[in-house]
Amino acid sequence: MTTFKFSKENAERVKEILIYYPPDRKASAILPLFELAQRQCGGWLPKEAIEAITEMLEVSLIRGYEVATFYTMFNLQPLGKYHLQVCGTTPCMLRGSEDLKGVCKRHLGIENKETTKDGLFTLTEVECIGACANAPVVQINDDYFEDLDEKSFLKILEDLKADREVKPGSAIGRQGSAPERRRDHAKGK
Amino acid sequence: MLKASDRIFTNLYGTHDWRLKGAEARGDWDKTKALISKGKDWIIQEISASGLRGRGGAGFPTGRKWGFMPPDDGKTPRYLVVNADESEPGTCKDRDILRFEPHKLIEGALIAAVAIGAHVGYIYIRGEFYTEANHLEEAIIEAYKAGLLGKNAAKSGWDFDLYVHRGAGAYICGEETALLESLEGRKGMPRLKPPFPAVVGLYGCPTIVNNVETLAVVPTILRRGASWFGGIGTPNNAGPKIYCLSGHVNTPCNVEEAMGIPLKELIEKYGGGVRGGWDNLLAVIPGGSSVPLIPKDVCEKVLMDFTSLAEVKSGLGTGGVIVMDKSTDIVRAIARLSKFYMHESCGQCTPCREGTGWMWRMLTRLADGIGDTKDIDVLEEVTYEIEGHTICALGDAAAWPVQGLIRHFRPELERRLKMNRIA
Repeated sequence: MTTFKFSKENAERVKEILIYYPPDRKASAILPLFELAQRQCGGWLPKEAIEAITEMLEVSLIRGYEVATFYTMFNLQPLGKYHLQVCGTTPCMLRGSEDLKGVCKRHLGIENKETTKDGLFTLTEVECIGACANAPVVQINDDYFEDLDEKSFLKILEDLKADREVKPGSAIGRQGSAPERRRDHAKGK
Repeated sequence: MLKASDRIFTNLYGTHDWRLKGAEARGDWDKTKALISKGKDWIIQEISASGLRGRGGAGFPTGRKWGFMPPDDGKTPRYLVVNADESEPGTCKDRDILRFEPHKLIEGALIAAVAIGAHVGYIYIRGEFYTEANHLEEAIIEAYKAGLLGKNAAKSGWDFDLYVHRGAGAYICGEETALLESLEGRKGMPRLKPPFPAVVGLYGCPTIVNNVETLAVVPTILRRGASWFGGIGTPNNAGPKIYCLSGHVNTPCNVEEAMGIPLKELIEKYGGGVRGGWDNLLAVIPGGSSVPLIPKDVCEKVLMDFTSLAEVKSGLGTGGVIVMDKSTDIVRAIARLSKFYMHESCGQCTPCREGTGWMWRMLTRLADGIGDTKDIDVLEEVTYEIEGHTICALGDAAAWPVQGLIRHFRPELERRLKMNRIA
């Protein structure tokens, strides 16, 4: 028995997404629909949603499970309100991602794949998220926080705890991936 | 050094408006119709003559790839797929194109679609690039509204629909056939080649998969001419290219420079030099995590192009330069890459599925000085058992960094074993 249903707004979005693919290739929409369902469910993908979507796309349930477990962005259980995805791959490691994990341990009391008791934070060490020129990087839910150090990362965590607004992007005020304080060679036309 | 007037990506850092109006002011979508009206043969010929090589890592000549498309039978659909699944550690160039220069990519996609005879294109973008995908989607909507996509795109007489498809976290989907599997709604497990995607690709139809940067430079090449592009760089390595500088440099950044720029110049001029000065340099991974590292003495003279880096047993790859100074624990730095490949192996081929984890465990032990000097030989042998014995190149990519480590830092590995024994 499936109990998951897309909201009215999301059901409209599903129709739009299905236009992208040939009518006999509906299965292609499995990633976008899982993502949509995960957002609707508050950041995780329940079994019921997998069942409902595989039925909708006319693919076997096992294939739905295969896809849901293969891709790291699908969370198969609920997470904290803020998902701290600390990049731990070498370029970030060289610039201090270990220290950022240390901040989580000292100030939140959580290690990799753990959630704080108040349900506010979940820490996951992720693999390269493709912002190496702004390392170390932490993705919090959808947003990238770049050029971090222990101090600036701690400030972000405290702001989130206090429900204050945080600004994604470079913590040291860099413009995109431009070198710090030297933008002269970028101005060329 | 690349002249400022030869830069293609004038909004690489997002200092200007990335939307259609800003893009047009920078020269995008200028007389696209006229370019297309010169015909698909002319487009392929110009791109071939320019010497453009794919910017995704392998460096395959783009014009030749397009030429692999079988003749159009008028019945079978043909597809263009843009690989925006940028995930190679050390690489963050496509991200800047996607968020700050989306119209260069969209225009390039339209021109490529004409060249290969495709009416539908998909941009497969990694799921983590949430903001970037939003920019791209917005830019596509703008393009549709302005008549640059859809029916009679840019008044060229060619119909072209372009869609954004978001991935969901899998490095392997950057491999073109794994990407196609994923786009068809399955696990991203690479297919055996041949047949190549140009013959049997998306939904079994002829398909060309190109990297973001590759397509984004196409309109500029056609506007300024193949000889302009070919005149920049070194023989067989044409054009400007975006390099990503990360790790222990004073000012990490992305920068567009000529192919064949000396590595040292790149680091000194744009990276602000190595942290603690050039003499504090230990090693560099010059082309994203999949290529072997090169030690300081090689970095002294080597040029950043496919040919020169292959000569020193490394590679240009994606142009992601990871700099490591003498404070780096080089064994742990490479062990962390092995962990990455272990995590990202799709599990299809035994040598890669088992071997990546085996290499990581072995390197972690060696980093602590646990083991025997014979273990280094065994580790090296295992890398050769993985290399070339898998369906896709992930196995090779996992093996090469370890081979590079052993090639250049064997004494360091031996020193650790010795120190541990004395202790």
